[in-house]
Amino acid sequence: MEFMDSSNTIIQASVATGDLQELAANIITKALKAGATDAEVVVREGDEFSTTVRLGEVETLKESGSRGIGLRVFVGQRVASTSSSDFTTEGIDHLISGALALARVTSEDPFAGLADVSEFGKLDDDLNLYHEDVYSLPTAARIDFARRCEAAAMSADTRIQNSDGGSFDAATGRKVLANSRGFVGEYQVSYCSVSTSPIAMGTNGEMQRDYWYSAARTLSKLDTPESVGTEAARRTLRRLDARRVPTQRVPIVFAPEIARSLIGAIFDAANGDSIYRGASFFTGKLGEQVAAESINVIDDGTIAGGFGSSPFDGEGLPTRRKIIVENGILKTYLLNTYTARKLKMRSTGNAVRGLAGNPGIGSSNLYLEPGKLSPEEILREIKSGFYVTELLGQGVNMVTGDYSRGASGIWIENGELTYPVQEVTVAGNLKEMFRNITAIGNDLVFRNSVASPTLRIDGMTIAGK
Amino acid sequence: MTTSAGHKRYFFEKFGLSERLLERCLGEALSAGGDYADLYFESVSATSIGVDESLVKSASQGVSAGCGVRVVAGERTGYAYTDNLSAERLLHAARTAALIASGPAKQPVAGFTETHSPNLYPIPAAELDSDLSTKLDLVMRADRAARAYDARIKQVRASYSDELKRILIAASDGTFASDTQPLARLNVFVLANDGKQTTRGTAGGGGRVEISYFLTEKTPEHFANEAGRTAILQLGAVAAPAGEMEVVLGPGWPGVLLHEAVGHGLEADFNRKKTSAFAGLIGRQVASSKVTVVDNGTMPSRRGSLNVDDEGSPTQETVLIENGILKGYLSDKLSARLMNMPHTGNGRRESYQQIPMPRMTNTYMLSGDDAPEDILRSVKRGLYAVNFGGGSVDITSGKFVFSASEAYLIEDGKITAPVRDATLIGNGPEALKYVSMVGNDLQLDEGVGTCGKDGQSVPVGVGMPTVKLDRMTVGGTGN
Repeated sequence: MEFMDSSNTIIQASVATGDLQELAANIITKALKAGATDAEVVVREGDEFSTTVRLGEVETLKESGSRGIGLRVFVGQRVASTSSSDFTTEGIDHLISGALALARVTSEDPFAGLADVSEFGKLDDDLNLYHEDVYSLPTAARIDFARRCEAAAMSADTRIQNSDGGSFDAATGRKVLANSRGFVGEYQVSYCSVSTSPIAMGTNGEMQRDYWYSAARTLSKLDTPESVGTEAARRTLRRLDARRVPTQRVPIVFAPEIARSLIGAIFDAANGDSIYRGASFFTGKLGEQVAAESINVIDDGTIAGGFGSSPFDGEGLPTRRKIIVENGILKTYLLNTYTARKLKMRSTGNAVRGLAGNPGIGSSNLYLEPGKLSPEEILREIKSGFYVTELLGQGVNMVTGDYSRGASGIWIENGELTYPVQEVTVAGNLKEMFRNITAIGNDLVFRNSVASPTLRIDGMTIAGK
Repeated sequence: MTTSAGHKRYFFEKFGLSERLLERCLGEALSAGGDYADLYFESVSATSIGVDESLVKSASQGVSAGCGVRVVAGERTGYAYTDNLSAERLLHAARTAALIASGPAKQPVAGFTETHSPNLYPIPAAELDSDLSTKLDLVMRADRAARAYDARIKQVRASYSDELKRILIAASDGTFASDTQPLARLNVFVLANDGKQTTRGTAGGGGRVEISYFLTEKTPEHFANEAGRTAILQLGAVAAPAGEMEVVLGPGWPGVLLHEAVGHGLEADFNRKKTSAFAGLIGRQVASSKVTVVDNGTMPSRRGSLNVDDEGSPTQETVLIENGILKGYLSDKLSARLMNMPHTGNGRRESYQQIPMPRMTNTYMLSGDDAPEDILRSVKRGLYAVNFGGGSVDITSGKFVFSASEAYLIEDGKITAPVRDATLIGNGPEALKYVSMVGNDLQLDEGVGTCGKDGQSVPVGVGMPTVKLDRMTVGGTGN
């Protein structure tokens, strides 16, 4: 089947960089004229392409672009925001008048306001976040990536006869941030990924599925579709003929792609927004031992090419590298301007900003520093335990630290991985769990903006039969 | 009250559309062949106000509009969208979507037939802006009531958000539909602290209602008291038990059990592809004979209801499981056609930027004969769970979870201590076979459900009477 390339026919709807910055500046000027004492504008523009192939045939083909503007205005200590996809003069006037009308009903908040002029800035170096090669393949070749990925998974084993498909995605985006205190910044990002989700059938007719993917900012760093497919097949097959286990307490080892969520929980616990409210179990714990001594957690927005990198944060402060936990001691909360003022500290450059709403706090490149042990060495120490490869559901209470999630994985017996396990839960409390990380693997790999090596945690409860 | 002519007028006037242009776009979409094409126009306006530390810290409003063009050829779907509704960009999107097909052009059906709309929800008379002071008052009342509930309530966050979504759908099979969909929600979140520990409580609700709903039906005080009650309750909570035991679920939001255990697994796309654990089980026993589960998009004013689905088809009440027997799946146009099965009007999408697929609306179990008190009395040792956070499911293996946020131990038929949060896990095609008692007290949830599938979120409703499951695994840490 022949696929025509739409890339030849795309009408250049995207406005050039200078124009978006000019648009932002104009909106700020108009907002100030209309009565705002300060204003901040975000303009976003992006393109996306995605295709899914199933059982060798194209299933979906999607390609488009969109853009949006967000405006935050201050009238003294009152703040309000509006967003719109309407770039016409009328749309922008509405954006501004709407924001000012809303600012009349919000309260005077002594902690509200843009950052001080001295705080704004952006990283000088090119962070290598944008590569135009993500769109360089013709459509037929992109479809072929997805097809090859699925085919590799399905040909790996006769027990794999079905599939949820193979996918290829590519996206580019541009973000402009400007404010009335002189900050103007802009950067572009690109992203591509290939993935597949095979389905295997066990001896009793029971089905299992898993997936694997590769993602990168440039096509040249993507793993081959065949290697992704082969790995997806391996992960799916190891779930077959899974059983439940009795309720018990044993050491639990978390695979890297699962352990990530625990490192995410450390970030969430140190999120300034929760800290100043007393809504996190890390409140008041700065300088204290909150995790095992071997734990060092870093958040770094300056890593070249990183999935979580950016030259400036959602408020226009330069991103930076910070140590959140060092030798198990909580060294810093994660803050934006508002929460920094609340806690009488400095922003850590972790502000995140949607189109509308007040800035929140988000991680950049967040990771746990690797240890010395290989995953096999970690397993070898365990007589009886559970190797978790999948977690189901949210089940995490960041106020109390209570943790209870569905799980699948593989039983560890005498230091070796044995039979697959499913339909059980793993539970504990994060306060203890962080302290009971008793082994850290040497297998840290950045496949995402949050990364972790293999982890062993003791003292948790498995609930099953 | 706006009529369908009013909906049409909105898009035609505001965006300069015309029937002629819609026909041209559909023609362009089928210019390379294909079985079906549709245009989905959407215009959304949303407002939100939040109070925190007794200050109105946030107020925001957003508008967005766009059109998604879909072309279907056999099992293949081509899709493109644009936020610029000029004729030029619409035609370009149609040409992009048309790249999925390659063959001689097809012609759309001549003329449109409008889908009848049952008017399940009121169209707000006023534009969103003018209700601002009323919305402000709602969140301030919620704040005051929550703080006054108990001296141990230390932090309160209340928010009100609403949106008005207008849609217009025109398809090559002659479908023409439009709708104006309000959606509103009030939420209260509190922290309680007794000097030894901090706990949380949350309550919220709403639906496709006008703002008067929160003045007369479910007031800010109602939600504030509920959030306060659950936070204070948690101060005395003990460790949840771990292992398999009898579980009694309270009415209403615990219906999340159905949404996860069977709802997703019965979406037609998964069954067409045979990736669902329920594939091929129509006519078979998948639940106890006391269980009847339906999906109903036609309930007035419910969060999960729709006058028409996002493909312009009428919504309906679909019996999924009847007396324990699997009767049918939830379908959209593509599934119904490819599977040669009844079309249930469950095609939904998060926005004009997304391809529609089968989704739930309001999913609930019908009332049975048992008295709730008898159900509790029948349990020697188990868990009584009345509220949950959310849930999740792997539709291929069938394993599902849902996380209890308010639950109690049952000892010798009596409710004793409240327990800390715990996740329950089960296997979809098996779990409902253990339903041994079904209460006579069906309730729908208060209007808080959001369902995620394949990266797309849509508002949904769930419901259930009090139900006893002879066994389910409870993920606590205690004995």
